[in-house]
Formats: sequence, structure tokens, C-alpha cells
Amino acid sequence: MTDQTSQAELVRQSLKRRYRKERRFRAYGVIAIAIALSALVILFADIIGKGSAGFMKTTLNLEVELDGEMMYLDDATDERQIKMADFVEPLIQALMKELPSASESDRSAVRDLINPYASVTLRDALKENPDWLNTSRSMTFLAHTDVDVFVKHAGDSAYSIKLTEQQRDWVNQLVEKGVVETSFNDTFFKNGDSRDPSKAGILGAMIGSLLTMVVTLALSFPIGVAAAIYLEEFAPQNKLTDFIEVNINNLAAVPSIIFGLLGLAVFINLFGMPRSVPVVGGLVLTLMTLPTIIISSRAAIKSVPPSIREAAEGIGASKMQVVLHHVLPLAMPGMLTGSIIGMAQALGETAPLLLIGMVAFIVDVPNGFFDSATVLPVQVFLWAGSPELAFIERASAAIMVLLTFLIGMNALAIWLRKRLERRW
Amino acid sequence: MKLKAALTSVALAGSIAAVSTPAMARDTISIVGSSTVYPFATVVAERFGTKTDFATPKLESTGSGGGLKLFCQGIGTQHPDITNASRRMKPSEYDMCQGNGVTDITEFRIGSDGIVIASSNNAENLDISLEQLFLALAKEVPNPDNENELIANPYDKWSDIDSSLPNVAIQVMGPPPTSGTRDAFVELAMQGGCEDLPAVADMSEDDMEGVCHSMREDGPFIEAGENDNLIVQKLMSDSGMYGIFGYSFLEENADRLQAARLNGMVPTVENIAADQYPVARSLFFYVKKAHVGVVPGISEYVEEFASQAAMGRNGYLKSVGLIVPPRDALMDLQDKAASMPNLQKSELL
Repeated sequence: MTDQTSQAELVRQSLKRRYRKERRFRAYGVIAIAIALSALVILFADIIGKGSAGFMKTTLNLEVELDGEMMYLDDATDERQIKMADFVEPLIQALMKELPSASESDRSAVRDLINPYASVTLRDALKENPDWLNTSRSMTFLAHTDVDVFVKHAGDSAYSIKLTEQQRDWVNQLVEKGVVETSFNDTFFKNGDSRDPSKAGILGAMIGSLLTMVVTLALSFPIGVAAAIYLEEFAPQNKLTDFIEVNINNLAAVPSIIFGLLGLAVFINLFGMPRSVPVVGGLVLTLMTLPTIIISSRAAIKSVPPSIREAAEGIGASKMQVVLHHVLPLAMPGMLTGSIIGMAQALGETAPLLLIGMVAFIVDVPNGFFDSATVLPVQVFLWAGSPELAFIERASAAIMVLLTFLIGMNALAIWLRKRLERRW
Repeated sequence: MKLKAALTSVALAGSIAAVSTPAMARDTISIVGSSTVYPFATVVAERFGTKTDFATPKLESTGSGGGLKLFCQGIGTQHPDITNASRRMKPSEYDMCQGNGVTDITEFRIGSDGIVIASSNNAENLDISLEQLFLALAKEVPNPDNENELIANPYDKWSDIDSSLPNVAIQVMGPPPTSGTRDAFVELAMQGGCEDLPAVADMSEDDMEGVCHSMREDGPFIEAGENDNLIVQKLMSDSGMYGIFGYSFLEENADRLQAARLNGMVPTVENIAADQYPVARSLFFYVKKAHVGVVPGISEYVEEFASQAAMGRNGYLKSVGLIVPPRDALMDLQDKAASMPNLQKSELL
């Protein structure tokens, strides 16, 4: 009797300690999640804080006098004359008119407020509309990057303002007059790369990523699925298939730079394919994503209950009919999810592309699979290493675009799984 | 049914991608080479692309050595047309080119770049000789008590080396060994400060190089990776820190950073162009003459590079930090761009 009470007593006594232990255990879990979340929050806060300014551009609204005599141009349809004409002068004069305090000796200081490529904008506009010659037009031009930095980041110690006191004064006047304005940076989405941060855009990199991903998906999905089906449904279980399976699993863990080396040796040096093109990039990334797709597809096929196969076989379906009519449709959601995750991984990859020449300064937006191109993460890498401070915000803005794509792809994977998944 | 359509379309896209034949002729100039020349060459390439009807050249930053290796691999459009270098071509690289059929090469010297040691404006600026710099950053230095004996670097503070230097711990961030800036810094600054020390004066050339080119690994020298922006940010937040990088980063941050005097010389455009500043190097690019006329625009690109608009006193390359050559050198460069003389091996020896 006394023995039993002491047992119950013992349990009661230890109960408190056990509860405490469990509370502590749960707290560890909460702490782990908090650390992971705070790392994510810090990352996002830093990128968004730095990058949001990259989505704004600073422009000059100018009333440009397109005086043929001043520009040495009397026929805007003549290619030769267009080449020789002076498109900077009308811009300087238009800006001088807005700055009554600037004298003739300040011309070069005034010129330094205008983007060096603004004259190209004017030239192209005149080429398209030759009848604008000898008229007055109200047009919008990009401001110089120094002005852009000053307008957005005056007083921010992370940026260095390169304008003189006088120029700062002028810019402040122009902002008040509405000549200098900041607006949504559509240039960022319309242009390829540039060494002028104001003119630089990610369209080239976005198209390059798209072309590379199309090649990757078109090759890795059918090959991966076919390999998975054969290995799961048809291949005999023997030493050879075991060996292949082990190798595929190992391949998934190989550092991506190795695939780049392989691509350089095989596709470029052996087959003589051109450097820096999306086809070669896609081929290299195919090698990288294949193991991921094969492994996830095999897992998806395995999860189809054997009763379905047996039922199909029982009513006389051939092996191929079983696979194509029953197993494949049921395994498809899992295969798609695996493929999308593999593609998302490939989208963020830079290391293998370094070796096949896709880490390059490419201004022209690619038009096809054999045009030189770069991809989004490479663009981030190139901008982050540029000496111009204004590229920091462009790099962060490009990261935001890249993350949007990645989140979109992962969301698609989740949606597909939710929609197509069947439970037994 | 839907599934079938999806599968067919994917397969179709795959076959299209696989079947379309590679375009062997190339109409874009392909440029590789030094990461130091990259910021300048990209600006020229972009201007060239907007000014003319040619496609904008494609530039890869592969490092000087990597660029020359690609360049010398052969003739044909899968090989680059131009390579940039932050040092001169080596005779061995010339031989490699010749061996692969790249016989006619033209060399262009396009001005210089200085390497600076900079700190935040709030820090105490350094006024240091190359020898003192060597003592601060080398792995092994002469024993202060016996100048012929080499010992592991004992200096913790700048003032331990010389009382005129700041009384702060030595902390210098610099580029990793893969970088051309590091090569140049080691060759020009470290070797410059080490050669005349009695302890190494009688050594064989290889041994001397071993001593002079070894940076210390016990903490005061910090390898900061290839991203010079990170070094600049770090300097801003820690005023006891010094950083090593190219002149263009100093110019970009001119109002926040100050540059150390080396051997009494401030890194200014004039001092670097006149070879007065001790840690400055010439920049080059090499053109494969067999590709001129095959890939459109090469000679026009070279002309643009050598033009007054690019490299003149008020040229656009100057505003991105290139130390432009003096007038006579620029005239020579323009003559060279017009005639494209062959580089001879004897010039490199």
C-alpha cells in the first residue's frame, strides 16, 4: 500500500519536471523558426530597402527647339546628315532656358545634368519623324545618373553625390519647376544592359533567362520522365540498374560548376557551338536539372498504388497502356512539381554559365536561341560588382524581379499539386 | 487529352530547339579579358553600338590570363576577336598564339590604372614608403635586430614599424589571389618594397619572389573577394581599416575616401599618367587581325577606342576613371588603329 502511494507520488513529483522539459523543447522549435524567419525578414528588408529606388527614374521634361541650322541638319531623312548632326546642342539650349541663372560659361556644367544617351533618344526620335525638324517639341529625356542619385539619395551616407554646389542648386530649382521629375522606371524593363545605370535594364537578361529555360524544360522534362518511367516500370532489378540509380543520386549532388566545365569541354570545344548562347546554357542546365527531375518523377511513379496497375492489367491492358493511361496521369502532379522546382533551381544558377561565356556584358536584347545572352542572376552579379554606386539599387531591383519569378514558379508548383493531386 | 496536348507541345519545342542549326557566321564582336579593362571597354562597346549600325560587341570578363588563353586558341568565329589585358602579353602566350595559327596580332596600349590604398575620410591617412608597406603586409620580414634574418611578421600596429605611422592596428583589405589587381599590387608594391632589403638582396630570383610575393596570413591582411564595393562599404563603417583597389573606385567615392601617399606620391591622374605613382600599370588590348573584315566592325571599334571622344582630355573614358594617355601617345595609338601593325615577339622580350 505504502509502496503504491510512493509510486504515484514519484510520478506526480516528476510531472512538473517533465512538463518543463517539454515546454523547453517546444521553445527550441519556436526559436529555430524565429531565427529562420528573422534571417528572411532581414534579407527582404535589405533588398527592398536598397532596391525600391531602382524602380524609379529621374527624367527631364524639356521643350526642345529642333532648329536645323543649329544642329547642322537640313534633311532628317538623310542618313549621312543624321550621323554628322549635333543632337546635344538643342538639349543644352533647352535646359539653359530653364536655368536663367546659368551663364554661357556654365555650359559644360549644364550638359553634365543630361544623360549622355539623351542625344541618341533625340536622334532616333527625329529619324522616325523627319518632319519634326525646325519645330519645337516637348520631350522627356533621362537625367544624368549623378542627378538621379542626387534626387533620390541626397543626404544618404551610403551614396556619394558627385554634383557641384551650383549643380545641386540648379537641380533643386528644376525639381520645383517640374522639369526634373521622378517616375516609374519603365526603362529598367525595356532596355538591355548598359554601363550607364540610368539606361540599364533587365529586358535582355529576362529574355535570356526565358530562352535558356525553354531549352532546359524542353530537353530535361521529356528525358527525365522517360528515364524515370523506364527505370520504375520496365527495367529489370539487377546490379546494372542499381548502379545507374546510385549514379543518378550522386549526380544530383555534384556542384553545378562541374556541369559548366563539362559543357565547355563537350558543347563548345568538341561540338564547336558558339559561346554565350542560350542553347548551350540550356544544355548545361539540362544536365544539372535532369537528376532532380528523374528522382522526383520516380518518387511520383512509386506513389501510384499497385492496385491501379493490377486492375488495369486484370482487364487486359498492355504494359504500355497501363503506364500511359493510368500511371503517368496519376504521377503527373508529382513530376510537374519536381520539374518546376528543378527549373527554379536552374533559373537562379550562375556558376555553370560562367564557364560557357554567359557572364558577359551584352547590350542587345537577344532575338533567338543562338544570340548572345545573359540571364537574371548573372545580371545581378555583374551589377553588384560595378564601380558605379547607382548600380547597387539596380542590382537589388533585379534581385526583386528574380525573386518574384522564383516565388511565382514555386506557387505554380503548389497550385498544380493542390489541383491535380489525388488521394486514395 | 489535355495531358497529351501538353506532352506533344513540350516534345515539339524540344525538337525545334535541338534541330535549328547553329549560326556559324557571327556579326557581333566578341571580346574577352581583364576585369580591370572591362569597365572601360564596356563603355566604348556601348557607345560604338549606339553610334554606328554595327551590333554592340559582347564582353566577357575572364581575367587577363584567361582572356589571352581563349584568344590564342585559334582562328574562327567560335574564338574571340579581341582580348583585354591589364599586363603585357607574355612571350609564352605569344608562342601559344603562333602555334594555334593566330599569327597576326596588333597590340594597343590604352592608358593606365593605378592601385590605391584608401581609407575613410575619418581615418588617419597613411603616408608610407613601399618598404614600410612591405613590412606591414608581408608574411616574412627581416628581424629588426638582425637585418639578414627573416622572421614571421611581428608587427601588429602601423606605429610598430615607424613612429610616424598611425598608432592603430594594421588592418588592410585586399583582393584575392585570383585577381589581376592582386597580381599587380604584389608585383609593383610588395616587390618594390622588398627587393632592396639586405635580407633578400643575395637570394636567387625564385627565392626572392617567394619572400616578396607572400602576403601575411595571420589576420592583418584580409582577403575581401573580388567585389570592391564591399571593401568600400567596410571602410566607411570602420575607420581603422584600409583597403586596396583600383583607382576608378577611389574616383567614384572621392568625397568619402582618401588615398594613402606611397613613396610620397598621391595617386592623381597626373602622377599615374606620368609613371610617378609607384603602383600603376599599363592596360592593353590585342586584336586578332585574321578576324578583321570577317566579323564586321572590328576596325571601327578600334578606331572608336582610340578616338579623341573616348580617350581625349575630356573623353568619356576619363570620366569613368581611366588614366588617359598623353597627347603624343594618343596620336601614336590612332596611327596604330589605322595601320594595325603586327606584334613581333622581340617587342615582348
